[in-house]
Amino acid sequence: MKKYLKAGLVLVLALAMVFTMAGCGGSGSSDSADGGAEGGKGGKTLNIWCWNDEFQSRFNDYYPEVKEVADDKSTTTLNDGTVVKWTINPNEGNNYQDKLDEALLKQADVDDEEKIDIFLVEADYALKYVDSDTTMDVKELGLTDDDMAQQYQYTKDIVTDSNGVQKGTTWQATPGLFAYRRSIAKDVLGTDDPDAVQEALADWDKFDEVAAKAHEKGYKMLSGFDDAYRTFSNNVAAPWVDGDKVTVDANIVKWIDQTKTYTDKGYNNKSSLWDDTWNADQGPKGKVFGFFYSTWGINFTLLGNSLETKEDEGGKAEVGNGAFGDYAVCYGPQPYYWGGTWICGATGTDNADLVKDVMLKLTCDKDIMKKITEDTQDYTNNQEAMQEIADSDFSSDFLGGQNHIALFVEAAKNIDMSNAGAYDQGLNESIQTAFRDYFEGKVDFEKAKANFETAAKEKYPELKTFEWPK
Amino acid sequence: MKEKKEKAKQLKSVDYSKWGYLFILPFFLAFLIFQLIPLVSTVYYSFFEYYRSGLKVIGPNPVGLANFKALFESDFLKYTGNTLILWVAGFIPQIVISLLLAAWFTDVRLRIKGKQFFKVVIYMPNLIMASAFAMLFFALFSANGPVNHALVGLGILKEPFRFLSSVGGARGLVALMNFLMWFGNTTILLMAAVMGINPSLFEAAELDGCTPTQTFFKITLPMIRPILVYVLITSMIGGLQMFDVPQILTNGKGTPDRTVTTIIMYLNNHLFSKNYGMAGAISVILFIICAILCLVVYFTLNKDDTVHATRKHRGKEARK
Repeated sequence: MKKYLKAGLVLVLALAMVFTMAGCGGSGSSDSADGGAEGGKGGKTLNIWCWNDEFQSRFNDYYPEVKEVADDKSTTTLNDGTVVKWTINPNEGNNYQDKLDEALLKQADVDDEEKIDIFLVEADYALKYVDSDTTMDVKELGLTDDDMAQQYQYTKDIVTDSNGVQKGTTWQATPGLFAYRRSIAKDVLGTDDPDAVQEALADWDKFDEVAAKAHEKGYKMLSGFDDAYRTFSNNVAAPWVDGDKVTVDANIVKWIDQTKTYTDKGYNNKSSLWDDTWNADQGPKGKVFGFFYSTWGINFTLLGNSLETKEDEGGKAEVGNGAFGDYAVCYGPQPYYWGGTWICGATGTDNADLVKDVMLKLTCDKDIMKKITEDTQDYTNNQEAMQEIADSDFSSDFLGGQNHIALFVEAAKNIDMSNAGAYDQGLNESIQTAFRDYFEGKVDFEKAKANFETAAKEKYPELKTFEWPK
Repeated sequence: MKEKKEKAKQLKSVDYSKWGYLFILPFFLAFLIFQLIPLVSTVYYSFFEYYRSGLKVIGPNPVGLANFKALFESDFLKYTGNTLILWVAGFIPQIVISLLLAAWFTDVRLRIKGKQFFKVVIYMPNLIMASAFAMLFFALFSANGPVNHALVGLGILKEPFRFLSSVGGARGLVALMNFLMWFGNTTILLMAAVMGINPSLFEAAELDGCTPTQTFFKITLPMIRPILVYVLITSMIGGLQMFDVPQILTNGKGTPDRTVTTIIMYLNNHLFSKNYGMAGAISVILFIICAILCLVVYFTLNKDDTVHATRKHRGKEARK
């Protein structure tokens, strides 16, 4: 989800980069081959597939064996001479999965050095790969329960297949919070203290009341239609699909009702996630009370959007630049999580030992996990390390000095991912698209339902029946 | 001597034909690999259930005409309607403006200066990649975009108009973009057609006291009819295959209420699950529609020729 960043040209550029990378990668690997690679089971190239540079930068910055990074970042050389080759395909429009699927289907036929060793997946479609034999059992790779003892259980549940085998692991946990504008909270509620604001937003009824108050003062409660979606969809009673039957959960319908009310009453700004309006609403001129965001969204997306002068235009991430320092976080009405990236070992890898070591160092090592959080404010998947930071005097300037890690620690305990499924991404997108017309008043409820069903059947021909709550 | 000559002659002729086949070979190879085989396999797979569920490949299982049945039970006709509406809405202004420009640019009495310059300018939009053009419009006409800022700033609108959320707005933008991209191309084609008319016809008309309007409707239009038909048919085939502009303008969703979903966008939706069966069925239907249109143009042009030929023939006979 998080990589729907700024569509279009950025993606085209990124694609262009991938091609250049492929070109440079070849020469890079031949250079270092004579360095004498002894990594893992003999493979000299570690092929990693991902959709943006997030994991790449974590790897380059925190994997202890990194020796040097190519100027164009297309390859990373490790101390033992192994060359890590990065293949980055943007996510938009299913592009990453399409390319990955093609490559995985050919996995058995290609040269050892061409085989994918590691690929990354997101929660929304993790099960698609986890439930197939393209991913390896992490225990088989050599990780033990002890190694992963400090990881959050939900991060293991998402990548556990129907037989109870865990097939991936992650360095981040992504509990969600509600990030609000301190100045607007002061105006509407008379306080910007996170505890007091949480008190005022503790459940959906109270949330609606605050929305009405904010509206009177000329603010919008939320930016767009899909902002609150995850808080509802994460708390459903059953997965989307059972056999060939789609069940639309009562909670999803609650989201539809709430969003329709908010749109009709003018409590939101009619934006969609990642569009211009949505980004602008988070900036200095925004009049939106708050945003539902998980870990990465706060230190990455929200921070970037809040600045008056963006960092690539020479601005600094500091108080005084736009809305930096004007945000704070509270739990919000319901616990949820959003996003997250898992590392999977691909079946057929010729670098099993190295894959294991990457997983061990980048997802199980407490010191590395702690350092990542301290450096980047990302929330990492190590309960002990996070608790230590929560108890310390760690504070975020962006959030006006709040220790948000302490809130994440609490929120992470409430995440329940037992209802995640392989169809989540496609169906979440389809229902958001179909009901957008309903929110905008272009179609009635029944028509939007029909449009959702049509789109779902197009995406997944195996789905036959649809059940809506009474 | 004689024998030698004959032999040489024989060899030569054999050589020539060999080279001839060799020269046309690349085309036929390319045609076979990139067109005929995909074409045949598309038709073939349209009779199969063949898609991917996750990473599992389902099929191919032969299902007869089930895909076609499913297609006509779906909203296929609605998408065909969408496509035609989008095409017509773009084509009508395109042909009107192009005719007008072609008539002006070729009018000897108007003597427009800088003709070459204008030709380049009106052709320009066609040089931009359709997707880049669509991205540009997407940014320009977004709810928060410069067009809305300008309209609100000038006091024309009270609050931003959500172009891409209204049926008229979204369809209008697609039509506008298609018009902008193609009117230059059409103008140049029509200018060539008008310049191909014998100038003495215009001179005679002028001497007979024709008004410019009469000249246009009585001489120019009938004389460029074959080219008009050509423009119409190529534009129609292009219109039926409309994809990139609406796809990118609506972010691949064809919203609002799927009213901007064209046939090819519908086909593309099926590729989410690599549903080659349904996608193949749509292609086959589209192929049939295009084939019918090609036959129409073939017979229209042919009929024209026969009429022409018989007239000539009659003329000859009369002179006799």
